[in-house]
Amino acid sequence: MMMSDKNELSHHFEINGGDFSNAGRISTSIKEILQEIGIDSSIIVRAAIASYEAEMNVVMYAQRGVFTLNITPEKLLLNLEDEGPGIENIDLAMKEGFSTATDEMREMGFGAGMGLPNIKKNADKFDISSIPGKGTSLKITICLDRTERK
Amino acid sequence: MKLAETVEKLNLKVVTGEENLGAEVTGGYTSDLLSDVIANSKEGNLWITLQTHQNIIAVAKLKDLSGIIIVNNRQPDEDTLQKAKEENVPILISEEMAYEVSGKLYELISS
Ligand SMILES: Nc1ncnc2c1ncn2[C@@H]1O[C@H](COP(=O)(O)OP(=O)(O)OP(=O)(O)O)[C@@H](O)[C@H]1O
Ligand SMILES: [Mg+2]
Repeated sequence: MMMSDKNELSHHFEINGGDFSNAGRISTSIKEILQEIGIDSSIIVRAAIASYEAEMNVVMYAQRGVFTLNITPEKLLLNLEDEGPGIENIDLAMKEGFSTATDEMREMGFGAGMGLPNIKKNADKFDISSIPGKGTSLKITICLDRTERK
Repeated sequence: MKLAETVEKLNLKVVTGEENLGAEVTGGYTSDLLSDVIANSKEGNLWITLQTHQNIIAVAKLKDLSGIIIVNNRQPDEDTLQKAKEENVPILISEEMAYEVSGKLYELISS
């Protein structure tokens, strides 16, 4: 954990592509951190869903990723940068039901094409960008201040 | 309704999470798609599925589900059992199909 200026808490996590045995660890840690500091449970559920989907996509599609959770008095910021194949067509990837998951992943119940749409639904702000052949970057914001929530 | 009562009424075999049978079951969610369960299950739900691999444990843990019912008498993988024990997630096995288990659970909870 790092403490930076202006009441900001920052946590970093690393994920490896293909590591299904540790998949879910980061989102579980994020949930625990938020519970410890007493964040509202409805916010924790949204952060857990968004971070789980982001984490699983690195495990399923990328080589490695770095996840950062920043907590300020106003919001939670979840940033994920991965090194991997990137996403050719982001609009298509954002469509519910679109998936390039392998048969093996589908047998495990992945590949519904719901992950990115789930992240968007649970975020107050969601930015995704990607460079094909290099990697993908996600910025997920969840507001703690009721008036700014969607 | 308590998990212990559900186990008895649905004739489930408890393979892990014996110590959590006092948990409250708030309803059920039947699905084999992990993103669907993550998005739509509710705290305290019993998850009815035929998935047996280790990734189901993180989903149950993240959504505070009361347990996982694996249907059709399918057996969880060894690493699934290991994770379930570490995380105290109840895994329950049913000999029946998802349709039957869901119907019976629905009856139990709504009666
Ligand atoms: N980090 C990533 N790197 C490369 N491609 C990605 C990444 N995240 C998503 N994608 C692409 O976008 C598609 C849609 O992603 P999304 O998470 O919505 O669904 P999914 O992972 O296929 O299925 P689900 O999340 O329901 O298990 C993926 O199938 C994949 O092609
Ligand atoms: Mg996904």
